[in-house]
This record gives sequence, structure tokens and C-alpha cells, in this order.
Amino acid sequence: MDASWLYLWMPIAGMKIFWPGLVLIGFSVGCIGGFFGMGGAWMVTPGLNILGFPMAFAIGTDIAHIAGKSMVSTMRHSKFGNVDYKLGLIMIVGTMAGIEVGAQIIMTLERAGNIGTIVRWVYVVLLALITWLVFADYAKAVSKKKKGDVGEHGAEGITWYKTLQKLNIPPMVHFTAAGFTCSAWLPIGVSFVTGVLAGFLGIGGGLVRMPALVYLIGCPTHIAVGTDLFEVMISGLYGAFTYSMKGRIEMVAVFVMLTGAAIGAQIGTVATKYARGYGIRVAFGIAVLCCMISIILKEFKMDAAAAVLILGTIGIISLWICKITFVGAAEELRVKKAREAGA
Amino acid sequence: MKRLSKILSLSTVVVLLLPALALAAGGPAKDLIVVADTRVLEPGPMRYFADLYNTNTTLFAVWATVMTAVYGCFLGFLMDFLMSRTGIDLKSRKIIEH
Repeated sequence: MDASWLYLWMPIAGMKIFWPGLVLIGFSVGCIGGFFGMGGAWMVTPGLNILGFPMAFAIGTDIAHIAGKSMVSTMRHSKFGNVDYKLGLIMIVGTMAGIEVGAQIIMTLERAGNIGTIVRWVYVVLLALITWLVFADYAKAVSKKKKGDVGEHGAEGITWYKTLQKLNIPPMVHFTAAGFTCSAWLPIGVSFVTGVLAGFLGIGGGLVRMPALVYLIGCPTHIAVGTDLFEVMISGLYGAFTYSMKGRIEMVAVFVMLTGAAIGAQIGTVATKYARGYGIRVAFGIAVLCCMISIILKEFKMDAAAAVLILGTIGIISLWICKITFVGAAEELRVKKAREAGA
Repeated sequence: MKRLSKILSLSTVVVLLLPALALAAGGPAKDLIVVADTRVLEPGPMRYFADLYNTNTTLFAVWATVMTAVYGCFLGFLMDFLMSRTGIDLKSRKIIEH
């Protein structure tokens, strides 16, 4: 059987790539990104690697696809009222200044010697802390729920943001979509710190920013997801430009992946409608944990095991998100139909 | 005066953003010269962009960014249109944390 139609010519890379694989990667990352509110570059690279995609083009292609995908997800989240644009714009200032400081720290340290291993271990420790935070928060919320200590949106575990929101340093800003008022310096300060970490680690920052929005600023999980995607979209578009200037982009692959991502992003975003905030948080914790283990595996040169772990995690989480969407949508339509029949 | 103050604030934000956005995209790329092989391409859009990649990277970068944004928007609107046909309420949701 002639399977040549399954391979698409990449004009810049000068090679043929199995295009359904690109669509599948785009779909999975769209699904997960739309659900968790992050770019997900750490998921795309191993997938592209396995498809035999030239690594010289992987980063630029990855970033351009993430920008387009975040645009689709942000549009959908915006309709749900999940994007606090004011908060997103204020945070961009802190994030960018922080990334610059983080990158300067790295450059200073690099002059002192090879710090790749140190950076990777800092990344591992940070991911371990985020994982601990997510699961400790979940355990505390479960315990509170059992005791009947339930607030407006259900039981909550870690509530550091309540203390931080009490900071009374002008200007005080009200964030309508997120539903709280706090000093503008709180999101600027928090985004600056997460920006420093992102710049230091050389990552987009969604992995750090999403939990920071929830635990330190006090965003409801759904708003944190939408607002973070808005930030990813802006930084992603600039990333697409700068990597194109360096010739590190394969536009055909971007468009193919983006087509899959647009469908995945709808499923991932609509799933947030049917998922409880803590469901999103716990799944996010599992994804972060797997990301951490894959970095450890890579550090010990077990690249194949790391790729299998990442791709396995992506596959399972994507299927779980699809299940949430389809079961939730079917139930909603059933209730709607019953209501219409009763009226 | 208020307008001027707004413009100045916006300009400050933009000036702050640009260099930092560059860093947000990741570390500096290593020196790499890749030339697209246009000999195997038929005249058409693919050939045009491959030529542009080889000869004018700035224009290529502008095209790449604009096309990503335009295609992202197109897919966003298309998906919105298709999703609205499903009958699911896509404009409201309850926030339940636990």
C-alpha cells in the first residue's frame, strides 16, 4: 500500500514528515494547554523529536504553534469570562521585567562556568515544590470539606492569597473577572518573581505562573487558566517573530500542528466548564510531577525513557480531558432537551 | 493631560516589554546557517516563502508572525462557529473549586 500521502514535504527543512503525527501532537498539546492554561513547550519537543523533526527548527516551530494555539484557547476562554485582561496586562509588565533579570542572572553565572546541570536541578526542585503545593492544598481542601468548612466556591486548601491581598499599598485595583481587589503591586511582584524564575530556567513560565495566580494572587482556577493563556499568546507571538528571524521555524509544520491544536484547544477549554477547580489543579500537579521525573531521567541520559514518560502522560491526560468534555456536554444537552420537552 | 499621561504610561510599558519579550522567547540561538532547497519546489506559495527564507529573513519573520496570528484567529472563529452549532452553552460556567 502506498503511504506516501501520509508524508508532507517541509520546504525549509527539506524533508518529509509524517503529518498525522504533527496533527496529533498539536491536538494533545491544544487539549492540555487549553485545560491547564500553559504553552506546553516541554511536551512538544519530545514528540517532534520522535517524528524525526529536525531539532534546529523545533524551538521556533514549537513557539509559533503555541502562540496560535493560545490565541484559539484565549478566544474560547474569553467567551466564558475566564480571561481577566486587566490582570493579564498588569502581570505582563512584571513578567517581562522578571524574565530580563532572570536571563541576566543566567548570563552572569554562565561566565563563571557551565551551569546547565545547576539550572536543571533548580528546575527539578521548583517542580517538586509546585507538586507538593498542589497535593498539600488538595489534602487540606478535602479535610476542610469533611469538616464542613466550605466557602462561596467550595472548600479551599491553601489560602496564602488572603494574607497577600490584605496588603494596602496604593494603587488598589479591582479585577472584575477575577472578582477581587488588591494592590497592583501584588500581581506585579508575583509576576516579577515568576518571571525571574522563567528567565533563569529558560522556560515560557506557564508551569510557574498558573500556580502563582491561584495560590499567591487568589485567582479562581478557571480565571488563572484563561489569564495565563492570554500572557502565553503575547509572548508566543513575539517568540515566533524572533525565532523566524533566526531562521529556526518550519511554517508548514506550524500550520499542520495548529490545525490539530485548534480542535484540541476547544476540547480542553470546554472541559474547564465541567471540571471542578481542584480537578484541574490535581491533574496539573500530576503533569508537573511527570515533567519533573522526565528532567531527572534526561539528566541521567535516559532520553528514551523521558520521551516515553512525557508522551504517555500527554496521551493519558488528553484522553481524560476528552472524557470530561464529552460526558459533560452530553449531560448538558440531555438536561437541556428534557427541559425543552417539559416546557 | 490625562491623555498624555495615558500615552506616556503605554509607551513605558511598550519600552519595558520589547527587550524582555525577546528574552521570554528563550536564550540566544546558536549560529546556524540553514538554506532551504528551492530547486525541488514548484513555483507557488511554498517556493515564494522558501525563497524569502533564503533572501530576506526580516520579511519572512513578519510573514511568519502575521500568518500565525491570522491563522490562529481564523481557526478561533471557525471553531467558534462550529462549536455554537453543538447546542452547548459556551458563554457561562459555574466556578466550583471543590
